[in-house]
Order: sequence, then structure tokens, then C-alpha cells
Amino acid sequence: MLYAVLCYHKEDVVEAWTKEEDDAVMAQLGVVHEKLHAQGKLGPTARLMPTTAATTLRKGTREPFPVLDGPFAETKEQLLGFYVIDVGSLEEAIEVARDLARANNTGGGYELRPVKLYIPGELKA
Amino acid sequence: MTDIGWINAALASARPQALGALLRYFRNLDIAEEAYQEACLRALKTWPDKGPPRDPAAWLIFVGRNVAIDGVRRRGREETLPPEDAISDLGDAEEDIAGRLDDGQYRDDILRLLFICCHPELPATQQIALALRIVSGLSVKQIARAFLVGESAMEQRITRAKARVAKAGVPFEAPGPIERAERLAAVAAMIYLVFNEGYSAIGATASSRAPLCEEAIRLARLLLRLFPSEPEIMGLTALLLLQHARMAARLDGEGNIVLLEDQDRALWSRNLIGEGQALIDKAVRHRRPGPYQMQAAIAALHAQAARPEDTDWSQIDLLYAALEQVQPSPVVTLNRSVAVAKTKGPQAALDLIEPLSDQLSGYFHFFGVRGAYLMQLGRHDEARICFGRAIALANTPAEAAHIRMHLDRLAKEAEPAAE
Repeated sequence: MLYAVLCYHKEDVVEAWTKEEDDAVMAQLGVVHEKLHAQGKLGPTARLMPTTAATTLRKGTREPFPVLDGPFAETKEQLLGFYVIDVGSLEEAIEVARDLARANNTGGGYELRPVKLYIPGELKA
Repeated sequence: MTDIGWINAALASARPQALGALLRYFRNLDIAEEAYQEACLRALKTWPDKGPPRDPAAWLIFVGRNVAIDGVRRRGREETLPPEDAISDLGDAEEDIAGRLDDGQYRDDILRLLFICCHPELPATQQIALALRIVSGLSVKQIARAFLVGESAMEQRITRAKARVAKAGVPFEAPGPIERAERLAAVAAMIYLVFNEGYSAIGATASSRAPLCEEAIRLARLLLRLFPSEPEIMGLTALLLLQHARMAARLDGEGNIVLLEDQDRALWSRNLIGEGQALIDKAVRHRRPGPYQMQAAIAALHAQAARPEDTDWSQIDLLYAALEQVQPSPVVTLNRSVAVAKTKGPQAALDLIEPLSDQLSGYFHFFGVRGAYLMQLGRHDEARICFGRAIALANTPAEAAHIRMHLDRLAKEAEPAAE
């Protein structure tokens, strides 16, 4: 069974960590990553940039889908899945999100968050 | 992480919101700071056992408010009648606060806290010191170390600045849209000052001032969270991230400045560059360009070049030309001339800066840059005179040393070949 483990915390608190504290946390997590890696259990892993770098595309039933600054803030909707895409610019990422929104124009939205750290992992589909 | 580690991070991140709200209640910075301080002491006692509250800021506001109201009441009995105008809305002080925290009010609370540090009568250094003390919560000792002054001198400086702010009166009414935009611009400028105070440090002092850059970035991100759709705040944040990304490569072992083209680009932080670029991409979509966005875009073009010779100088020239339009300044023109020298040659660059010689007659960089163009044009005698002026105007030994390197090169070229 594949599980996605979603990481939550207050980002202003994380930003208040000193570099040494941040490095220490990442090093401790690295030990766990290594263990999972040795067991062949680690899939794609990402640390995201702050929500200040986020852009959100709201889906409606028809275009144009509005593009807003900041994270997806609705609390009545739940996280249902995610994609990791490799694009040259935010515009291209928005185009991908628009394509997805056209394919599924039933509401909700897509939050586009640049990735800070990416570990591809070794899981086969 | 240790208890003290996560508690410090939680307190630091909650501070602007909590202190901003306490300032709104008590309308007096000293009372608000005391209340916040007392709430922090109680947090240090209770949080290690009970764990962090769900909303640390709300916890600190609630506790701080009760503590300060007790204090004012007690003082009232000891001294004279309670200073009623020192406290606003005493009536709802007992109400449960958690349900009433409203984002719009928080936003104005934090903006006000930042804004009182930007009073136009305060000189830049006092604005910076005040922001670091009040908003960031750095200790007087930490700030004194960053400014290389004694603790008591810094204490005095901050006390004077606070007195001036108190005399000017803190604007407590919720601002209208125009006033809010003005406050935002003043606060952005102040955050940039904090950053520059750290960024311009060189030599032995550089490491003690680097935290100012990190603090400025934290404040910029805070501001951007409050105003997520302001392209100039995106631009400011991007600019700080992109400049800070070069930190590790900017100074050599002795703390001397390493010029952009000589920097080891492998030392640049790809994470910070990536975040800065993401913010520029977001800002550009708004099609409301401004000086911070333009400067950030220039910094991004430098950051994108894998080698100095890959730099897109013609694009940088265009951006500086745009910056000259919105923010005319001889220093911007001087910077533009560097891009012009790369694209159109030293003569064009020299022509561009010639009209600035009066305005920049006391500016080290003007003579350094002008001397370099003259040297490239083979006008060595004039270059030598220019470099001489530059050395006389140098602000630091490192600047003078850099110019002396040019002079040495000129001297070497003047010598007849050894063979």
C-alpha cells in the first residue's frame, strides 16, 4: 500500500528557526530518509517553499479560472492529491493547472508551490 | 529540538501579532511591551510542561492583557487614579479572545507596529534599531553588537527613538486604503534599510551583522503574508532573497568584498535564488512594475548567469533605464553605466556618467567606475587621477585596496617590458 505523508507546521515558526536549528532538523529527518531508502520504501519527497511563493488557480465550471496570489486557503475543501511537474516558469505551471482544471472543471482548485528540496526516491509504479 | 529552541521560535513568530494587538488595547508602547514580556515569562513557565498552545499569539495576547490590566489597577491604587486613556476597551477584556481574532485587524495591528518604527523624523539608524527591538524582539545587547556600539549607548538611542515616536503619537485608527498603502511603502523602505545595514557590513563585523539580513527577510515574508497580492512587496522580498543568496560568496577570508564577476557562483544559494525568482514571476503577472521589482529582476538576471560572461547585460541595461524613469537617481545611472559598458563599450558608459560628476563628486564608486572606463579606453593618466580621488573617498580599507589593485596594474603596464 502506498501512503502519502503530508507535513504540516506553522511556517512563521519554521522561519524563526536559526539556520543551525533548521539544519539540525533536516539532518535528523535525513536519518529517517536513509532508513526508508535502505528498505526501498521511499518515494518522491519534497520540501516546499513558503506559502508566500504560492499561486492558486481556482476551478469553476467554466473558464477563465481565476489565478490568485498565495496558498489555497479554503478550509472546507480537503487535499485530494498532488502532482510534481518540471516546468520552466510559473506561467507554464499555471498552464498545466489550467489543463487539469479543464479536464476536471468540477470545483476546488490547484495550489502551485515551488519545491525547495526534491528527493525522487526509488519506488517503482 | 530543545524546549528552549521551539519556545523561542514560537515566541519570535508570535511577537509581531501579539505585541501589535497589545499596543492596540493599551495605546502605549511601554505598557504593551511590559505586558508582552510578562506573558512570555509565563509562557516559559507553562509551555514546557503543557506543550505549545494551538495559537501562541492568542495565548500571549490574552495573558498579556490580563497581566497588564492587573498592573494598571495596582498602580492605580498605589499612585493616583488609573490613567483611563491608557487603556482602551477595558470592557471586553474579560471576554474570551480566541473567537474574536480577526485577520483584518491583525493585519493592521502588525502594520502599525512596523509603521511606528518608520517615523520620518527618525534617522535611518534609529528606525532600524527600533524595528529590531520592537518588531523583531532582538535584545539591546544583540542590536548594540550589530551596530558596534556599547550596550548603554544603544539603550539610550532606542529610548530616545521611542520617546520621539510617543511624542509624535501612534496612529490607532484603522487606516483607509490610501493611508494603508502609504504605511506599506514606508514599512517596505524600513525593511530594506534593515537589510542593507546587514548587507553593507564587511570585514570582521560581517558575521555579527548577517542576522540583520535574515531578520529583514523574515519581516518581508511577514509583510507579504499580510498583503499577498502587492507586487512591490513580492519585489522587495525577492530582492532581499536574491541579494542574500550571494552572501557566502561576497566576502573573502579577510572580509574584503569580492566583486560580482569574481565570486564563486557555486557558493550562491540556489534555494534563495529559486524563491526570489518565484516571487518575481508572481509579481510580473500583476503588470504593476515598481522599483523593488525592477531591482529584483536585475538581481535575478545576475543570479541566472552560470558564468559572468553569460550575464544578459542588455536586459539589465533596459531594467536600469526603466528604474531611472521611476526612481531617477545618479547612483542608478552610475549602475546602469556598468551594463552600458558591457553592451556598448566604455566610451558610451563614460558619456552616460559624465553629467553626474557634480552630483557624485563625493562618491567613491563614481571615481572607481569612471577610472575603470578611462583605463579601458587607454587614458591612463586620467584614470590614475580618478583612482586617486577614489582612494581618498574610500569608506573602508577594502575599497581602497581594490582601487590600489587597479593602480598597480596601471603601474605595471607603464613599466617597459623586462626582456
